[in-house]
Amino acid sequence: MTHTVFIAASYGVSLLGLGLLALWLVLDYRSQRRTLSELEARGVGRRRANRSGEAE
Amino acid sequence: MAILDLANPVRFLSLSARILPWIAAAAVVTLAIGFYLAFQAPPDYQQGETVRIMYIHVPFAWLGLFGYSMMAASSIGILVWRHPLADVAHKAAGPVGATFTALCLITGALWGRPMWGTYWVWDARLTSMLVLLLLYLGLMALRAAIDDPNRAGRAAAVLTLVGFINVPIVKFSVDWWNTLHQPASVFRMGGSTIDSSLLWPLLICAIGFTLVFIALHMLGMRTEILRRRVQALEARAAAEAMA
Repeated sequence: MTHTVFIAASYGVSLLGLGLLALWLVLDYRSQRRTLSELEARGVGRRRANRSGEAE
Repeated sequence: MAILDLANPVRFLSLSARILPWIAAAAVVTLAIGFYLAFQAPPDYQQGETVRIMYIHVPFAWLGLFGYSMMAASSIGILVWRHPLADVAHKAAGPVGATFTALCLITGALWGRPMWGTYWVWDARLTSMLVLLLLYLGLMALRAAIDDPNRAGRAAAVLTLVGFINVPIVKFSVDWWNTLHQPASVFRMGGSTIDSSLLWPLLICAIGFTLVFIALHMLGMRTEILRRRVQALEARAAAEAMA
């Protein structure tokens, strides 16, 4: 196979790029979900819901 | 307006939670089939084995343009209807589109070195694609620089629509200027010039990467909706603490 290094580098950098993007998105999502759960556990959202009569 | 009313963040979170795993699974299966066929396909009569780079480079280019076009459509939603989900979609598309565009440029350079003898030339197609990447990065920087999310969204929407002029320039650069980059060979008047043994794996890989793009964008949108809820609750908590 000719030019194997260029082909392997293309696929490698693509896997790395998309992998890092997916990892960053997953970690960011988990971080936001954890923070939201902590805030809700402190009752921040619940107090508003109770005042306005809405169900969260 | 009924369709716009349906597109609210709560409904989006509920719907995306159900379909995101299926989209991700479909992306993996489609790409597995696409890559299998791509490496079974015969080498190109001119490019030889280097044509294998086409199966990733071309979808990255298409999706870089697709992402920006989607941001332009979202910009209309932001400016005309001030729709919150349009703003979320716009913001979440930035990093995904930028990554696909950057990978298009990198894989193109890695293809160009053995085929053209150089990693880079200031050719109209390559330069307009670089401008697309800079637009993505500029939009992300603009949003980060403005504290008020509503103002940031509107400013980014205006800049996106101004920058949309670059999308047809990328597409038609190979027709309008004398470029080293080859002209369109898939979507063109008169049909594709690529042999079906190479074209089908390319199209299957393109579908697979489109599913990857949609899955990553959807995950980014879900994260952004949660981030806005967190910010709203933190602001409320701070206000309650001061009261």
